[in-house]
Amino acid sequence: MTRISIKRGPEFSRILGLGAARGENLVTNDELAGPIDSSDEWIRQRTGIVTRVRANPETSVVDLAERAARDAIAAAGIDAGQITTIIFSTFTYPTMTPGAAPVLADRLGCGTAAAYDVSAACAGYCYAIAQADALVRAGQSEYVLVVGAEKMSDFVDPTDRSISFLLGDGAGAIVIGPSTEPAIGPTVWGSKAEGAPLIDMTASWLDFRDKDIPFPTLRQEGGSVFKWASFEMPKVAAQAIEAAGLKPEDIDVFIPHQANMRIIDQMIKSVGLRDDVVVGRDIADSGNTSAASIPLATERLMRDGAVKSGDIALQIGFGAGLVFAAQVVVLP
Amino acid sequence: MALSDTEVLAGLAEIVAEETGLDAAEVVGDKSFTDDLDIDSLSMMTIVTLAEEKFDVRIPDEDVKNLVTVNDAVQYITGAQS
Repeated sequence: MTRISIKRGPEFSRILGLGAARGENLVTNDELAGPIDSSDEWIRQRTGIVTRVRANPETSVVDLAERAARDAIAAAGIDAGQITTIIFSTFTYPTMTPGAAPVLADRLGCGTAAAYDVSAACAGYCYAIAQADALVRAGQSEYVLVVGAEKMSDFVDPTDRSISFLLGDGAGAIVIGPSTEPAIGPTVWGSKAEGAPLIDMTASWLDFRDKDIPFPTLRQEGGSVFKWASFEMPKVAAQAIEAAGLKPEDIDVFIPHQANMRIIDQMIKSVGLRDDVVVGRDIADSGNTSAASIPLATERLMRDGAVKSGDIALQIGFGAGLVFAAQVVVLP
Repeated sequence: MALSDTEVLAGLAEIVAEETGLDAAEVVGDKSFTDDLDIDSLSMMTIVTLAEEKFDVRIPDEDVKNLVTVNDAVQYITGAQS
């Protein structure tokens, strides 16, 4: 009987290097408060945000991704030409096709890599890590560049009180490759698809083409999303810790999606982490950058010297879909 | 066994005090959550979730906006108990 062969890869994978890029402008609450009839105090109290980063109009989401990717590849100690797959997590790349990933591949000089986009909103980075980990360990790809990048400022209505003022522009990138030790735990992921209407756009592109309506922008039912994230996501986080064969007290660093500081605070209470756990709180300065938020928060912790290589980090992304993904990783 | 209005109010006051730092004694029936107790919509969601767990009831998100006063919440919870 004819039998096909399969590949097997290394037993383990790890994050080899990380890079980040933020929008060029630091936008204060005061600059955004007028059109939403709000104030700096209200925004800080409700979200923990002091500033958010926003890119210049001429800066594209691929520009941000390229800067982050080059830093990640350099940090990983490999050449760009060694990247065999690019997974680009974004929902704000403004062209239906080709995807952002092949455009980035061409710019970086890995123009023969497998290259595709993932649209999983604020869970996109953790979704892409799940895929990259599996690809490496299956022998399907030796070095995977994972990018989480968004330019949400292109898709917000400044008069929208539900979400617009939270959002920022940025990119994070990591290279995942072979490892002699386990360094990426199993991903616990899924969805609550009945919640799809809770975070969405005001219209589809076809609606915009055919009807006399404003350009489609983001909106959310903030209260319901807050409830889901604050009280359902800690259970997912706990499952990811257990899946990695660990206990909550083994976690050195907690890097949740930077959706709202009050969600982060509620999650810390519920997951039962150590009192001295280091927590990513980049949202205060960068805002909510969706798929970029976890790698940007990680980069800030690394830059500030708050974490070190080898620390055990719990990451959890959650957002529009509603979709979520969590995994424990060893920091590069 | 279903709790009385008084018992539900006491339990709710405890939750509100824990979440907001207010004195439980301030959480009385005719007070408005937003206007009198200065509780914003995100804290309200936390209070509702904790009340669901404490009293073993379901409070759908779309019903939360109708819980304007403490009494509204007490009546809803006692009515929802099976």
